[in-house]
Amino acid sequence: MNKKTYSIPIGPVHPSLEEPMTFNFEIYGERIEKVNLAPGDNHRGIEFMGRQRNPIQIIYLAERICGICSASHPFAFCQAVENAAGIEVPERGQYIRVIIAELERIHSHILWAGIAGHELGFDSVLYISWRAREEVLDLLEYLTGNRINYGIFMIGGVRRDISEEQIPRIRKTLEYYKDIYGKLEDIFLKDPTIALRTKNVGVLTKEEALNLCAVGPTTRASGIKKDVRQDQPYSAYADLDVKAITPDVLTGEVNGDVYDRIIVRLLEVVQSIQIIEQCLENIPSGDIIAEKKLVKLLNQLKKAKGEGIGRHEAPRGEVFHYVKLAEAEVPEVWKARAPTYNNLMPWAPMLLGEQIADIPIVIASIDPCIACMDRVTILNKANGQKEVLTKKDLHDLSVQKTRRIAP
Amino acid sequence: MTTLLSLFGILLKILGAIIIAFLGVVIGLYYKGIDRKIAARMQARVGPPIRQPFMDFFKLMIKENIVPQNAVSWIFNGAPIMALVSSITILFYLPVGNIPPLLSGYGDIVLIIYLLTLPAIGMVVGGFSSGSPYANVGAQREMVMMMSYELPLVTVVVALGWKLSQVYPHLNVFSLAVLNAHPIWGLVGPLGFIGAILLFITLAAVTPGELSKVPFDAPEAETELAGGILVEYSGRNLALFGLTDAVKTIVMISLTVTLFFPYNISHLLALSGVLAFIVDVLFFLVKVFLVMFIEVTFIRVAVARLKIDQVSFAYWIPVSIIGLLGLILIVLDTNIV
Repeated sequence: MNKKTYSIPIGPVHPSLEEPMTFNFEIYGERIEKVNLAPGDNHRGIEFMGRQRNPIQIIYLAERICGICSASHPFAFCQAVENAAGIEVPERGQYIRVIIAELERIHSHILWAGIAGHELGFDSVLYISWRAREEVLDLLEYLTGNRINYGIFMIGGVRRDISEEQIPRIRKTLEYYKDIYGKLEDIFLKDPTIALRTKNVGVLTKEEALNLCAVGPTTRASGIKKDVRQDQPYSAYADLDVKAITPDVLTGEVNGDVYDRIIVRLLEVVQSIQIIEQCLENIPSGDIIAEKKLVKLLNQLKKAKGEGIGRHEAPRGEVFHYVKLAEAEVPEVWKARAPTYNNLMPWAPMLLGEQIADIPIVIASIDPCIACMDRVTILNKANGQKEVLTKKDLHDLSVQKTRRIAP
Repeated sequence: MTTLLSLFGILLKILGAIIIAFLGVVIGLYYKGIDRKIAARMQARVGPPIRQPFMDFFKLMIKENIVPQNAVSWIFNGAPIMALVSSITILFYLPVGNIPPLLSGYGDIVLIIYLLTLPAIGMVVGGFSSGSPYANVGAQREMVMMMSYELPLVTVVVALGWKLSQVYPHLNVFSLAVLNAHPIWGLVGPLGFIGAILLFITLAAVTPGELSKVPFDAPEAETELAGGILVEYSGRNLALFGLTDAVKTIVMISLTVTLFFPYNISHLLALSGVLAFIVDVLFFLVKVFLVMFIEVTFIRVAVARLKIDQVSFAYWIPVSIIGLLGLILIVLDTNIV
């Protein structure tokens, strides 16, 4: 039988996408036969801007790579610079970093839950979960002065201390989330229509997740216990007991579908609450930053030479920053790799064979952050058109560059 | 003399038609505003003012009406008019309280069922002719839905009509005035009472599908198809589809009220004349509001959207079975008791 397919473009602008990204689908009836991803609509040249600024100014940029991971990117970037310049962060600074990062995870996962509800046409869930998210945003504002871009990270530590008087307020928020967790579980895991729309939808098998290097909740929902906090503990996570969460903790089985990703994210909210509680109990006293005087710090960085990497388990998965300092005002190289970059390819096996109606929720299920991910767009200078490079092109370009650097 | 009288009668009917059409649109838009406000309250937000649908309508009317390049323009422009006209026509067949329908005697509930499919067909035609893949998919889904909810809807009507024909063999049982005058609940025994409840559940399940509301809004699915059938419509045409939606809501809910809750309160209050008329109309509006709250507003904030295959399955299997069960119970009730 000759299958007559038609094509449907989703994006660059579409109600189900929060950010510009293009998908081209070949559809047969309602079934997806072919998926073609075309990212590159949101490239901002942020790494290029970074190479014209000193590392402390870059923190400001790193925070704005992503609106939601505004603690994760500076966290990884600061670690990379500290790694390159050999700066040791005081323990109290490390704990405060972890507290902020975990609060961000709570707010990011609840935000995602709301978006997932909206993609399913269940708008009540959107409003209810975003209202629940306000509490943690208020707390973040109380602790850092800002709701979204916290501006608390600094190379060598953090810029604000958490005082003794602030701790009851943090505990109040944690109690609030413990209270409403039952409700969230009720909405997402027990609602029959949500189960109908998410169970056995967008399945990513364990093998595919491994082959395609998925990260974060996406890979954990497929049963792979991969979590930077567990595998290579950094900062205060080394003192804490963090275990990668897989959906079998709750249901006893791993399907790798959208429903499992909901479970993982909900359980991670609970995990974050526990981590913050541990932090509050064990937080040592002392300095919060290695070098208080910024001029002195800048001079130190100016003299530093070397490469450094920073990794952090962002709400969406592992974020990776690479910095090369070369005894100059500005870093020679700054490279940021956001978790969404790894999670792009798993979209293809998830979407193939599903229906049009599943597209929004499957796309949303990896919690994509296109602005984080778009690092390169190749333009043809002659006509201004975007070009797609194949693996061979990329390989040739790399060879050329290696020859240029090391002749 | 007789020609003059009949001419006068025709003029009266035309005047009535204009008044009913106008009132239907205004009340429909107000009820849409109330529906949005209540839904917003249930979702813990403030929501738009109740007159928002009016403001939307007037705003859309002054906006440019864009016809896509690869659309078939006369069908594209004709579809919203067809949808609106057919849904307003149904208003003329609906009794309000004790007032008989304007066109009583010229058509019955079977005609209404046909007329109810016309707005949907109008949307399908408009969707197919707009030349957008989203609208195409939306139109396909709308057709699938139409095929799915028709059987349960007809089951309800046939069951009620059959029961009436058993009790009053000499009446025109499919006429809405007759259905309105003889509520089903008074005609059946306990078994038939359960059957009637099942029929009401069936109709309540069909209503959101007929009106393309969540969970059965797959043809318009905002996050999937960006508005689906309506994606290419703008300006005046979109405003007309908005009116169609408002009128259709009133029509579907009034149908439920007429079939299942045709009671009035004026005789209980011992009123007569104009006062009784006003009280009955107000009571009718209250009934419409209550039924709308249950069938449209409450359902649409409480569930997620279903996929089109799940919609089809829901209508073909569970809803149809409930409807047929209701029919069987009513038949058993009549023949055994």
